[in-house]
Amino acid sequence: MAEKKVYVVDGVRTPFLKARGQQGAFSAADLAVAAGRPLLARMPFAASEIDEAIVGCVIAAPDEANIARIIALRLGCGKGVPAYTVQRNCASGLQALSNGRERIALGQADLILAGGTEAMSRSPIQWNAAMVAWLANILRAKNVGARLKAVAGFRLAQLSPVYTLLLGLTDPVVKLNMGQTAEIVAHRFGLTREVQDAYALQSHQRLAAAIDSGVMKDEIEPLYDTRGKVYSIDDGMRRDTDIEQLGRLKPVFDRKYGSVTSGNSSQVTDGAGMLMLASEDAVKRHHLPVLGELLGDAWAGVEPSQMGLGPVHAVAKLLKRFDLKMDDLALMELNEAFAAQVLGCQAAWDSPEYARDELGLDKPLGRMDPARLNVDGGAVAIGHPVGASGARITLHLLKALKRRGGGLGIASLCIGGGQGGAMLVRVAGDTA
Amino acid sequence: MNDTTKFTHWRLEEQEGSALLTLDVADAGANALSSAVMQEFDQMLEQIESRSYRGLIIRSGKANGFIVGADVYEFQKIADSARAAALARGGQLVFARLARLPFPSVALIHGNCLGGGLELALACTYRIAREDEGTRLGLPEVRLGIHPGFAGTIRLPALIGHLPALDLMLSGRTVSARAARGLGLVDETVAERHLLHAAHAYIEKTPRPQRPAWWKRLPGWKPLRKPVGRLVAKPLSQKVNADHYPGPYRMLDLWVRAASEEDEAHSLGELLVSRTSRNLVNLFLLGEDLKRNGRKQPHNIQHVHVIGAGVMGADIALWAAFRGFRVSLQDKDPEALARAVKKAYGFYKKKLKKPHAIQEVMDRLMPDLAGNGLRRADLVIEAIVEKVEAKRGLFKEVEAVVRADTLLATNTSSIPLEQLAEGLRDPSRLVGLHFFNPVPQMQLVEIVRGSQSAEASLARARGFAVALDRLPLDVKSSPGFLVNRVLMPYLVEAMMMVEEGVPFADIDGAATRFGMPMGPILLADTVGLDICLSVAEMLSASLDLAVPQRLRDMVAAGHLGKKSGRGFYVYDKKGKAKKTPGGQPADTPITERLILRMLDEAVACLREGVVADADAVDTGMVYGTGFAPYLGGPMRYAETLGETGICNTLTRLAGEYGARFQPDQGWGKVGLLERRSIMRS
Repeated sequence: MAEKKVYVVDGVRTPFLKARGQQGAFSAADLAVAAGRPLLARMPFAASEIDEAIVGCVIAAPDEANIARIIALRLGCGKGVPAYTVQRNCASGLQALSNGRERIALGQADLILAGGTEAMSRSPIQWNAAMVAWLANILRAKNVGARLKAVAGFRLAQLSPVYTLLLGLTDPVVKLNMGQTAEIVAHRFGLTREVQDAYALQSHQRLAAAIDSGVMKDEIEPLYDTRGKVYSIDDGMRRDTDIEQLGRLKPVFDRKYGSVTSGNSSQVTDGAGMLMLASEDAVKRHHLPVLGELLGDAWAGVEPSQMGLGPVHAVAKLLKRFDLKMDDLALMELNEAFAAQVLGCQAAWDSPEYARDELGLDKPLGRMDPARLNVDGGAVAIGHPVGASGARITLHLLKALKRRGGGLGIASLCIGGGQGGAMLVRVAGDTA
Repeated sequence: MNDTTKFTHWRLEEQEGSALLTLDVADAGANALSSAVMQEFDQMLEQIESRSYRGLIIRSGKANGFIVGADVYEFQKIADSARAAALARGGQLVFARLARLPFPSVALIHGNCLGGGLELALACTYRIAREDEGTRLGLPEVRLGIHPGFAGTIRLPALIGHLPALDLMLSGRTVSARAARGLGLVDETVAERHLLHAAHAYIEKTPRPQRPAWWKRLPGWKPLRKPVGRLVAKPLSQKVNADHYPGPYRMLDLWVRAASEEDEAHSLGELLVSRTSRNLVNLFLLGEDLKRNGRKQPHNIQHVHVIGAGVMGADIALWAAFRGFRVSLQDKDPEALARAVKKAYGFYKKKLKKPHAIQEVMDRLMPDLAGNGLRRADLVIEAIVEKVEAKRGLFKEVEAVVRADTLLATNTSSIPLEQLAEGLRDPSRLVGLHFFNPVPQMQLVEIVRGSQSAEASLARARGFAVALDRLPLDVKSSPGFLVNRVLMPYLVEAMMMVEEGVPFADIDGAATRFGMPMGPILLADTVGLDICLSVAEMLSASLDLAVPQRLRDMVAAGHLGKKSGRGFYVYDKKGKAKKTPGGQPADTPITERLILRMLDEAVACLREGVVADADAVDTGMVYGTGFAPYLGGPMRYAETLGETGICNTLTRLAGEYGARFQPDQGWGKVGLLERRSIMRS
């Protein structure tokens, strides 16, 4: 059976807010509601008319189990709209789009609200196992004597908390944190501190230029907190930074000899992005405007210790399936988890050895033209709220393609645990 | 009486050996204790007491509540105090019968349980309330100028303690189920699904009935009652003028004397036929009448889009979301939206307390920089600057985006609608929804009818106002509509007296002694002098009103009133006016000058047909400005004074203070002060 066409009607994201030690003003559900509400308001159909809501989220708060359902209800979709949450680490938002795309392509749904959200600043901090055992012993004690004895078992070490955010950013199989996997990629392709910093600087500069030109207003709706503060742009962006400042930062993952710093890594942030997917039928029935088309997606696995190279494989698969060359892409959004990892992907696409040994190709695909890669900056400047980024880069890719008169584009992310995901989109226009 | 008696309002069944008695007043939306209902109740109790039930459970068959109280419509027909006292005594005897039953009785309370309804519940052995937000209990009789008359003033102190009971009855406030549990007013609060289980459990176990702690019973000790009464009267006199509103003082007096049920009935009888109570009851019924009028047609509004996040726009949005509407609030300035969100959050937090309830309302209120909400809006309310061009341009833009059946409304306080409708493809869908500041407190909304407004549009606007729990008053689109137009000469007269050197405190004192909730000078400061000036200027041409120079000077100097920290008065950080020196007492009839300017303008409004009749003037001025409710409103007051007397005084004042006091030609015209009698439907 032929796939049905899957359209993106529109999308909205929140500004991405840098985590600054304290809990941010918004929960993950708050963020998704803030993005979904204006999106739904723009639609000519009622929120209750969508078929399903799918949301990517990595570390939901303890009171946000199946956050997608919470979000759908809070958005006024009503009891009748089913909703589920997907988790594929850094690509959770893209996974939500992928699932939604599939349902519509199979003819099983007409309207799907899909996206991602993350409030990394609110990642829970937990008691450690020793504390849990101590509490359990006290509760289990049958009499006062036993209880006193159990209480006496207290050790100071029990007070050391478990930061779920740090755990989440550490590969449990190879016991490397994400920054260390970037160090490995940097080492493998000989990426110096200088080229990483230069790339990071460019990310900030491109984002600043995009904000100044007003194009980001197309996709960002401001956030309002309950204390009278409004957040209009991504607040991790540094207009004042330069190559010297970036050069002064100390490596944070391989502290002594490494090259990956907080300046050339993506920022820990809170944010959400939501998109409305529609079938051809729905587009006709509701006279919906069409932003672009989701043509297909591909996923690939790599060495967990080099998870940053995931996109190399996912993009290769996707290009092959659609019989495309790198040059056929008008734009690419490659999530900037780390500058080293983006540059590593580019180097891998250029490398004949990598093509032969890892991708099984006769000749390399060739790098994506840097002028058409992450044209308006990326996660180094904007931030990477893990569950939301897939939705953000896909939305931005579509909007950026539209502004450039259309064409093909790929949104791709590397995924902690050693995977890559990529989504091929098309925007109608002069060059499509 | 035998079993074959036909009952129209009460229904009796047997359940687990107990009598389950349901009140479902025929042909009524809510249960009220009319004399027919009370009579049937008595017969019903006679049947019940003769049988060997294990207990009696009383509940309401209405989804919206238990019992709203006595039938206020019947109050109008009671001519003399002896008849009123006899009716109250009759009710007391019925409830005494209920209290004397040989088995326990339980009241199952949901929704409104007010006045006589609560007194009925008080006569039961136990009270169990449904634990949701909709459940409200109270004895609000003082709001109608009376006090409880079915032994509530005696049973309530005995149940919850003397001071809490006095507080509840003197303020007339209602409490939630949870608060009622805290007071001991109800024995337990449970979810709907457990109401009957709980009732049977109480009958089964017959726990010792609720009794207040000893220290709550202490103030009721006879020798203490007098001093305690004085203590209670002191704060009361700060809030309530005993000459205008004797009800609470009479009630306090009953308590101090530890009066009998007969005393209570007698006192109620006297109050019920007093002028204050007559006027308050009339105003209450007029308000109910407006609501009923508004409910006649469905408004079909779910999503409201408000444009302009200034004080009014933000408040309208906040209140509409609170009342269950989906709201988008649009403004070009994100900071204004942020302030509106903050204010809304503060308001909901205070009102709702529970985080999930606050979140639910906040989710319905969307700050909307880009105007995303316009396309889905069923109603668009414009609340931007009072400039014709700006508003007209906005409506044109809005009409191009919204659906063909979207209702358009303006919150303008003075611009004629016809001017704003110019250039609209469908001008018939533009109406005025004129709210008053602060929206969550002011009950009135003027429904402004332009000559181009369609009746269907007006009906939807009325329905919407009622859904907001506001009273929709029909007014014609003419400068200032009703309320601002009548109020403005009063404010201007006050400012003229200031210019004459009359101390502020004397002016404001005279007004509050008359019965206004706030003096005109303080009112102007509170509204904002810039707003006063703009309304005064807007009205000055059509009303021949001289705008006081002092007002212009103060606005020019940035003294805008409370909001800028300085207007006529100077305000401290908390927004409290600092005391001003008294100065020379003025030798001018302050009250006369203030009030007669208002009455004269009100008559002009009637003559011009701004509102339908004198009742509409009274409703508008009382609910829109707080005009001395005990007087029943300006027209009812004029009726008391007599038209000839008023005209004579006006003519005298005109000679002394200027032509603005020349009586309007509407005085003395036949039928101007005629009023309707308000019927139930």
